[in-house]
Amino acid sequence: MIAFIIHERAIEAAPITIGKRDMQDNAGTPMIEVEDLTKFYGEYPAIENVSFTVDRGEILGFLGPNAAGKTTTMRILTGFMPPTSGAARIAGYDVVDQSLEVRRHIGYLPETVPLYTEMSVTDYLDFMGRIRGMDKEWRRRRIAEVIDTCRLGDYRTSLIGKLSKGFRQRVGIAQAILHEPEVLIMDEPTIGIDPIQVVETRNLIKGFGGEHTVILSTHILPEVSMVCQRVIIIHEGQVVAVDRPDNLSERLRGTERLEVDIRGPSAEVMNALRDLPGVLDIVRVDRADVGSYNIETTGSDDLREAISALVLQRGWGLLRLQPIQMSLEEIFLRLTEPESDKE
Amino acid sequence: MKNTLTIAWKETKTYFASPMAYIIMAVYAALAAYYFVTSISGVLPEATIRGYVIPSTFIFTLLSPIITMRLLAEEQKLGTLELLMTSPVRDYEIVMGKFLASMASLLSILVPTIYLVIMLTWFATPDVGPILSGYLGLVLFGMSTLSVGLFASSLSGNQIVAAVLAMGILLILTILDLASAYAGGIFADLVLQLSITTHLESFARGVIDTHDMVYYAIFTTFMLFLTVRSLESRRWR
Repeated sequence: MIAFIIHERAIEAAPITIGKRDMQDNAGTPMIEVEDLTKFYGEYPAIENVSFTVDRGEILGFLGPNAAGKTTTMRILTGFMPPTSGAARIAGYDVVDQSLEVRRHIGYLPETVPLYTEMSVTDYLDFMGRIRGMDKEWRRRRIAEVIDTCRLGDYRTSLIGKLSKGFRQRVGIAQAILHEPEVLIMDEPTIGIDPIQVVETRNLIKGFGGEHTVILSTHILPEVSMVCQRVIIIHEGQVVAVDRPDNLSERLRGTERLEVDIRGPSAEVMNALRDLPGVLDIVRVDRADVGSYNIETTGSDDLREAISALVLQRGWGLLRLQPIQMSLEEIFLRLTEPESDKE
Repeated sequence: MKNTLTIAWKETKTYFASPMAYIIMAVYAALAAYYFVTSISGVLPEATIRGYVIPSTFIFTLLSPIITMRLLAEEQKLGTLELLMTSPVRDYEIVMGKFLASMASLLSILVPTIYLVIMLTWFATPDVGPILSGYLGLVLFGMSTLSVGLFASSLSGNQIVAAVLAMGILLILTILDLASAYAGGIFADLVLQLSITTHLESFARGVIDTHDMVYYAIFTTFMLFLTVRSLESRRWR
């Protein structure tokens, strides 16, 4: 409750320094608290009992396949829609009861970048600043800053409708950080832009950590390990795992897959491969003259050398040997399987 | 209030940057001039603007939905409604901002018709009262049609659907006074009072009746209330 009062005073006294003041005043309490959040669309639950907390200055990745409930969770956090049950607080404000206060503290980049196509970049940012209650001086300073940060300098007066997808994304990010929000919520910020811009965007987001608290959703696994300090994996509306990205990759490193094409008698090849240490399972994909094998390994050793040695020794032909990265769907299976085994 | 004005100002700028603003202005000016000339070309012409005040009911029924169709439908289509609704702006501030902007558009189509008034005073000596009350009536009537248009625009992400829906609602409200002829007794009067055109008659004659003003005020407030509710309901879907 004390944190509350300090907050409101800070806003009245000096809006420009809210972020810094809050950080000193409320250090230690989590910036985002989510408790048992559940949302039903009719009969169908989009998310069920989702709970997590995010500390100040932390970058949290929200990883999950499409329709896992990432957008729903974000929409609840931003006050766009209320949860069916459960509660969420941002900077100590309840997202349902104190929605307006919550909205003052967040910057939001929805999945479809919300832009007025007939406005110019500067006009759009000015409008966004106004409806967030930024005064003239603050707007002038911040618009210049975000245009610089998001490298929109050459497009200040361009109509947004004429910009390419990547630049629109940058304008979207610019509006989200314009009012120096304490919390940034970004729904798939790197989707649909070219690889160079993806790298730029990731670096940009990385730079927000420390000062801003960031939640970003993605379905790209490497993105999470590159940008985030902590990951929440959500699948079919439920939190499957919460961990640091490196721990997570450790857990996932349990198994690896190789695809091998070998010319040789298939039964013999199968048996020989199965006898290799570290092989868990082999699936043979039939082709006319070559056998294609999907080999699942424990991942502790690299089996590639062993396989090539074996093939040479027997005098078969090694046509292809390729390690396969696991798809996100498979990772979810890996993560969910042991849990269900225990039950 | 500040948010309302910010939104209203933004919408007004957007409106006047599009050719639509000037097309609508020209269409109304042409139609008003036509009806005006017809009304003063009779055997015993009256020096009034009644000639274009009354037909405006029909013209506004078509033009107002075109002014308002963009306002909320486009926000839904572009996804910017999500942005507005997650900004520290109340839902009614969004609706009021949009409504004020549409009022500015409405006033802009009335302004060119002032030249008809100037011509009238040049060639005749008209009563000033009915002219002023006529314009007041047009503004109030226009306000009601815009509120219907805004409500329709909140229901759909498709501008055409929003416009056609608003025209439909307005046409029904306009022909209610004709329908009253088929009803009997107190019911006939009730239907007549509900029609949005009935209340414009007295303004055109130069009579400013409180009950007509109250009718338009309540009608507009009610439609705007429905619009706010319609926006709010998006949160619960």
